Formats: sequence, structure tokens, C-alpha cells
Amino acid sequence: MTARIGVVTFPGSLDDRDTQRAIRLAGAEPVALWHKDKNLHQVDAVVLPGGFSYGDYLRAGAISRFSPVMETVIEQAKAGLPVLGICNGFQILTEAHLLPGGMLGNDHLHFICRDQKLRVENADTAWTVDYEQGQEIHIPLKNMDGRYVADERTLDMLEAEGRVVFRYLDFNPNGSLRDIAGITNEAGNVVGLMPHPEHAVEPLIGTGRTDGLPFFTSILKKLVNA
Amino acid sequence: MSRTPLDTVEHAAATPDVELPWAELGLKKDEYERVVEILGRRPTGAELAMYSVMWSEHCSYKSSKVHLRQFGEKAPESDALLVGIGENAGVVDVGQGYAVTFKVESHNHPSYVEPYQGAATGVGGIVRDIIAMGARPVAVVDPLRMGAADHPDTKRVLPGVVAGIGGYGNCLGLPNIGGEVVFDPCYQGNPLVNAGCIGVMRHEDIHLAKASGAGNKVIMYGARTGGDGIGGASILASETFDDAKPSKRPAVQVGDPFQEKLLIECTLEAFKEKLVVGIQDLGAAGISCATSELASNGSGGMRVILDDVPLRDSTLSPEEILMSESQERMCAVVEPEKVDRFLEICEKWDVIATVIGEVTDGDRLEIFWHGEKIVDVDPRTVAHEGPTYERPYARPSWQDELQADDANKLPRPATSEELKDQVLKLVASPNQASKKWITSQYDHFVQGNTVLAQPEDSGMIRIDEETGLGVAIATDGNGRYAKLDPYTGAQLALAEAYRNVATTGAKPLAVSDCLNFGSPEDPAVMWQFAEAVRGLADGCQQLGTPVTGGNVSLYNQTGEAAIHPTPVVAVLGVIDDVARRTPVAFQEEGQLLYLLGDTREEFGGSAWSQVIHDHLGGLPPQVDLERERLLAEILIAASRDGMIDSAHDLSDGGLIQAVVESALLGNKGARLIVPDGLDAFTFLFSESAGRAIVAVPRSEEVRFNDMCGARGLPATRVGVVDGDSVELQGEFELSLEELRTAHEETIPALLK
Repeated sequence: MTARIGVVTFPGSLDDRDTQRAIRLAGAEPVALWHKDKNLHQVDAVVLPGGFSYGDYLRAGAISRFSPVMETVIEQAKAGLPVLGICNGFQILTEAHLLPGGMLGNDHLHFICRDQKLRVENADTAWTVDYEQGQEIHIPLKNMDGRYVADERTLDMLEAEGRVVFRYLDFNPNGSLRDIAGITNEAGNVVGLMPHPEHAVEPLIGTGRTDGLPFFTSILKKLVNA
Repeated sequence: MSRTPLDTVEHAAATPDVELPWAELGLKKDEYERVVEILGRRPTGAELAMYSVMWSEHCSYKSSKVHLRQFGEKAPESDALLVGIGENAGVVDVGQGYAVTFKVESHNHPSYVEPYQGAATGVGGIVRDIIAMGARPVAVVDPLRMGAADHPDTKRVLPGVVAGIGGYGNCLGLPNIGGEVVFDPCYQGNPLVNAGCIGVMRHEDIHLAKASGAGNKVIMYGARTGGDGIGGASILASETFDDAKPSKRPAVQVGDPFQEKLLIECTLEAFKEKLVVGIQDLGAAGISCATSELASNGSGGMRVILDDVPLRDSTLSPEEILMSESQERMCAVVEPEKVDRFLEICEKWDVIATVIGEVTDGDRLEIFWHGEKIVDVDPRTVAHEGPTYERPYARPSWQDELQADDANKLPRPATSEELKDQVLKLVASPNQASKKWITSQYDHFVQGNTVLAQPEDSGMIRIDEETGLGVAIATDGNGRYAKLDPYTGAQLALAEAYRNVATTGAKPLAVSDCLNFGSPEDPAVMWQFAEAVRGLADGCQQLGTPVTGGNVSLYNQTGEAAIHPTPVVAVLGVIDDVARRTPVAFQEEGQLLYLLGDTREEFGGSAWSQVIHDHLGGLPPQVDLERERLLAEILIAASRDGMIDSAHDLSDGGLIQAVVESALLGNKGARLIVPDGLDAFTFLFSESAGRAIVAVPRSEEVRFNDMCGARGLPATRVGVVDGDSVELQGEFELSLEELRTAHEETIPALLK
């Protein structure tokens, strides 16, 4: 038995096909979901991919959060459906209040694309069980609005509850507070991060590393063993 | 305010003496008279608008086409070419049923006026050309030429251009995998912003820009038409026809990459369902161009109801609608029974689509406004029968003096210490320095097929996940070489791009070019152009790589000062399995460094002469295309058979520049030895063409040497990958840290 993992395509999604490929390479079945369709077609988990949904002219993720498919995603995520938001997907998750905090423009005001070093701070979420706690990995990062911000109380709470999942190492590429690259919700089923694990799943392609594949094997393991 | 009456065809015929502003629209007197002769009456305002934009230099290639014909006449036999010059872009067979289309275009002038939008819409335009062939765009490249790196205006133009390219391309989901950034004071008032795109399709999916089949519908889809990009039409509209209108329209278009992304997806979905007979993107000259080209390439005529074009600004005049260059618009010809499905797909993607006309069985292009006919022309006379000029050209009087000013005679470093200093100066100079600050603003990862991206010698994209089939592209062009000798300079650009593709392990197949020059009205510039085209056409013939299309940008000139002649050449290659690609970075300590090719004392136009002496004179390096071909064959074979682990072409900056780049990228040093017969200076800085440096695993040394020996390619062992410094034995040692600082901090310091 394998797992069916949905990937939502919003207008302006860019990494939807790449994410489907990563899911396939991990051994799960990718299912294309459409932003206008509320039906999640019985998927076992959902990925919100990177891109510039609806152009992101207003504020990254601000419009997608109101799309028909998100109504169902929000409802089911609260009931435990595993959801991963990558880059624009992370922005959408914060706009949808499934994750706390929000994203501002990079502190240096430029788009940045680089091979980013991260530390796995929480290897217990639905999307990170195949990593070791404290493992250092390299994942491509590319964004314009990647500066994670939240008030001090929220940041303290995230730290105290172990909900910071990834932290930037060596170089903070966008001015994110406390070097936060990714976080999870209280239940650990919803994870958002700015870097792009789907771009690090094959040797030779991109940076040539496969440090992103465990995201997709983690969820598969979680779902199949469940 | 009363409007002047609509200038219909009937009205034009009845009022032969009405004066039209043909001169303000850029037409010459004899050109206007030719229009009158073609029509047998004076043109209507709308017709004049169409002829004036379509007969402009930009659209008609009137100064360049007598020379460009050589690309066809001298085209080498190639079974790879599926669609040649003349369509939106050429199409090349890359095997396994795949076809690749690619093209480079310029967006120079708009990018100087408004760097962000100029560069952004340059990307948008080239991407639509590629979609219009039926292909999914898979990568973009951006060759840029800027004024002096430390000039204050460069700080305005370059960051804006880079942000525009990134802002548009990143939003479309196209990896940016190549291109170059070159600084030279000659581009100060005329920066060059060229943009290239590659698209992939199956053979059977090739689409062409033609409207055939009477009764077929013409559908315009994408963005609404607005008043942007119609400098010429404003003159027409505001000065002659209607004084009440706002007279200043922005001449630079404004891009909306989100709209373009939707346009890509919806067009590809329509192609997939075989709904499209012919297709054309709307770029320069907007609807004028799209309708006249579609109609003239098809079998019949076309009737267009201009009132049906969706507008952003309801006050636009028909002339303005015809000339508007609003972005993100396309025109498709669709059989009547498939129109509904086509519109449905557009609706799915929230793209506005409207039937604006149909193909007729006549041979006229007729355009109606408020029920009255305002255009009635033979579309061929608009699209293809524009004027042709045999512009006078003459070798400039200063050429001899320039060539006599021999760079080989410049003072050379006298001590090891000086040699070392010059190496550091060279790798830190703006042209040789790392462009990471720029390229890190472009997404190279999206689509998940990027095998190589800058600073590699060529960008490489996987096109089949199962077989590993891939394509590579490199763009090159050295204006300094071309200034010294445009014929040789164009061939050097071709040779370098060809070599760069081969260095990564791909087989060069075809060429696209973007020819950037000064004013064709200057005989000296026209000579440079004629020589460069002749050089490129001869070179392509000899290398067996046909020119599939391209673009000419003239008038890159401020006052009397023209830019260096800058032919930018893009070479496309194919690789059977991307797993066999060869990167630039040193991979493993202990591997042997071999210099392939012959090194001569060639410093004319070199980076060394520019950086150390601020000098441009003498002759550029010699070209030997047979040698280039042999070198390419060896590099491809060595890559395929696993005989080399890294390779880097030698070009501007010479061997030392290449070694430093490979060392910094691989984070592994090198120990170099000056080979017999060369002095240290020539060894490090000469820019002789037809050379590469490769790293050979020790286990492969004999086999590699045998291959080079058997094929007659000079291969000289010049060092080894080793340590954490670059050392020239007996001369100097520079730590990687020191080199990295020099190489990587220049550009951020200048542009931040």
C-alpha cells in the first residue's frame, strides 16, 4: 500500500510538478489538486507548493488563503491531515493561521536563490521523522518574501514547544527572526518552511544533493505505518 | 470637443490630399510614396499606423536583411533543423522524438529608459515567441552588457535590469541557467539587455504562425489592450486625429508575469488538445504585426473587428489599438467547432479570450471599427514587402590605426611579485569577477531539471527523466574582439559558445544570434555589421551549425559614439545522458590538469590588456574552426567515456582565470607548471582560442593522452589539482581564501 499525496496547483504555482516528482521518487502517489476544487479526492496528505499564487501582488499567500481548495485544507488540517507548505505554501499557511507568524520581504530587498544550510531542530513532525534530530542538511532556497517574523511571545512559545523545525545555519538569507526557516503547529501535522526540499531529491539535478527526499519518505512512512 | 471624422478606407479614397504625419511615424518620403503606390490611394490613419510600425527597422530588418540572407545561403547541411529562419523561432531535432526551439532577442533601448520593466518585458517577449512554436519553455538565459562598472548610472541600470529579469522570470517558473554580464564604457548610454529562451516539444506539436482555412476564427487572448508601448501611435492620435486625447503614452511596456504564466499554461493545454491551427504572439507592433503576419503566412485573407478587442482603456483610438504593445497577449487561429473548447480552457485559467475576426477566402486583411472599414490591405505588403536598403558601408578610417596599436607590445610584469599582483587584479576586475550577486537573484532550480547553471560553461537542462536526454546552451560575444576585427570577432563569439557547449559534454547543433550594433546610417557601423554577419555565416557553415533565427538591434549609439560591435551568439547542444555532463569545478585532489590546444602570444582585446593597461588595440586571437571542431569532439568523447572529471573553456582572462574559477567552485587548489616553450606570462594570460583545461583522473591519463595523440590535438600536462591554494611553481602562490575574496567581493561592493 502506498500513500496518496495531493499537490495543489494555484494559478501562479511554479513548483507543483517538481513536488509531484519528489513524491513519486519517494514512492508515494502524487495527486494533482486544483485551487477551484474544494474536493481533496481522498488524499492522505497535502503539499502547498512554491510559486507566486495569484501573482502575489497583494501580499504573498493573502489571496490563495481564500481559494475554494483552502477551505477544505484548513478544515482537515485542523482535524489532523498532514500538510506541508513550501515557500509560497508556507506563506499561505501563515495567512490561513494554520501556522503562527508571517513573512516579510527579505531584509536585503532582493530575490535570493542559493544552496542553503539548515539544521533539523525537530525530527518528530509528520514531515521530518526520516531526519535525525540536529542533522545538518543543504536545501535550495529561493524567495523574495522569506523573512519570518512573529512577536517575541510567539517566538518564545515556538522555541519552548519545540515547534521550530528548521533553522538557517552559517548564513541567514532573509533576516528571519531567530534564524527560523521552518515551523510546525502544535500537533506536528502542519509544517511550513521557506527552502525547497523538492529541489533536492535527485543527484545531478539542481545542487546535486538529495537532502530533501526525507520530507517525502517521512510522510510516506508516517502514513503507511499509521 | 468634437472628434474628427473616422478615417475610413472610403474617406481616404475620397480625400487624397489629406496630409498624414508619416515623417513623425518614422517613415521616409519614398517609403510613404511606396505605401500610396501599393494601395493606389493614400492610406487611412490605421493603415499608416500599421505600415509605419511594420516597416520600422525593428520589425522589417530593412537595413540588415541584405546581409542576413547569408545565413540562409551559407546554411550548412543539417538534418537537425526542423524549422528554419523566418518563424517565431527555429526548431531543432534533438532525438528521441523531441524538438527544441530557442532564440535570443534584444530589449536594449527600453531597458535603458526603464531598467526593470524593460528587462522584464524582454523576458516576456522571448518566452511568448517560444510558446508560439508549440513548446513548453524550460529555461532562460540573459546576456547583458553594461557601462563602466563604477559609473553611477550603471548602479541605476544594472540592479534594475537584474531585478526585472528575476522578477519576471522567477515568477514564470523558468530557471535562468546562463548568460553573461560584461562591463565596458562603450555601453554607458546603450546597455545591451538580450534575453534568450529554450522550449521543448514533441515533433508533432510544432506550431506555426499562419492563418489558414476560410471561416476559422481569430481569437485574441491574454491581457487587455492598453495604451502602453505606443510612442508612434501617440503622434498619430494626438497630433492629427484627436486633439482631446492625452498625448503622452508611456513608450515602455509594463509586464505582468502572473498573466504570462497563465498564458503559458492555457496555451499549452490548448495545444495538447490540438485546438490550434496557427498562433502568433503579440510583441513589437502588437495587433498590426500579429494579424498581418498570420494572414500573410496563411492561405487566405483575414477580417478583424477591432471593436471586439478587450481594452484596458476605452478611450484608445483604433490606430492606438493596432499599435499598442501591451504585454501578455496572443492570437490563435481556431476552427469554428473548436472555439468553445478553446474559450473554456482560457476560462479555466482565468484568461480573457475573445473572437476578434476570421480567416476569409480572399487575400485582403480588412479591419473594421464601428462597422466601417478602416484597413484594406494585402497583408504581405505590410508584413513581408517592406523596404530593403543597401546601406553604404566602408571600413572605418581608424581601423588600421587601431589594429597597429599592438597589445603584444604592452609592458609585461617583470617580476614574480608583479605577475601575482596582476593575477589578483584580473580575477577581481568587474568583468572577470564572480557574478554571483547577480545570478543569485535568479531562480535556477525551478522545474527540477537543471543540471548545470551559471557559472558553468553552459547551462544544461534535462528534458527526459527516463533516458537522461538533455540540452545545453551557451551565449558569448566579445565586443572588444569584434571592434578590432568584426569578422574574426563574430567567429570568436561563435567559437566560444560552441566550445562552451562542448566543454560540458554536449554536441553543438545550432545557432541563434542577437546582433547589437550602432547606427546603420553610419557606413563604419554598417561595415562592422556586414563583416560580423559574413564572419558568423562563414563560421556556421564551417562548423555545420545552422543559424535558426535571431534578432538584430541597431541604433545602439549615443550621438557619434556607437557601442562596440557586439554579436552575441547562442549555441544549442544536445547530450544523450546528462549524467555524463562535465562541470567546471575541480572534483578530486590528485587529478591531472591538461591544457588542450595551442597557446600563442595573443593579447589584442584581452582582459589583461583592459585591466592592466586600459588598452584596446591590435588583433584579436586567431580563429581555427577546424581546431574548435576537433577540440569539441575530444571534449565530448572524454566526457562520454569518463576520461575527464572537470573541464573549463579558456577565453577572456586566459588560463589563470579558468583555473581560479575551477578551484574556487570545487574548493580545491591547483599546482601549475609553465610548460616548455612558453613563458609564465603568456601561459597565464594569453587568450588564444581553441583551448580548454581539463582534469584527468590518473587512471585515465594514458587513455586520454592516446586519444588526443591519435586525433592530433595538442594536450600538455600543466599541473595537478591539489591543496588550498593556486600555485605557479617558482613564481607565486595565492590561497583560495585570498582569491575568493578578490573574485567574489568586487560586484557586491560596486552594486550594493
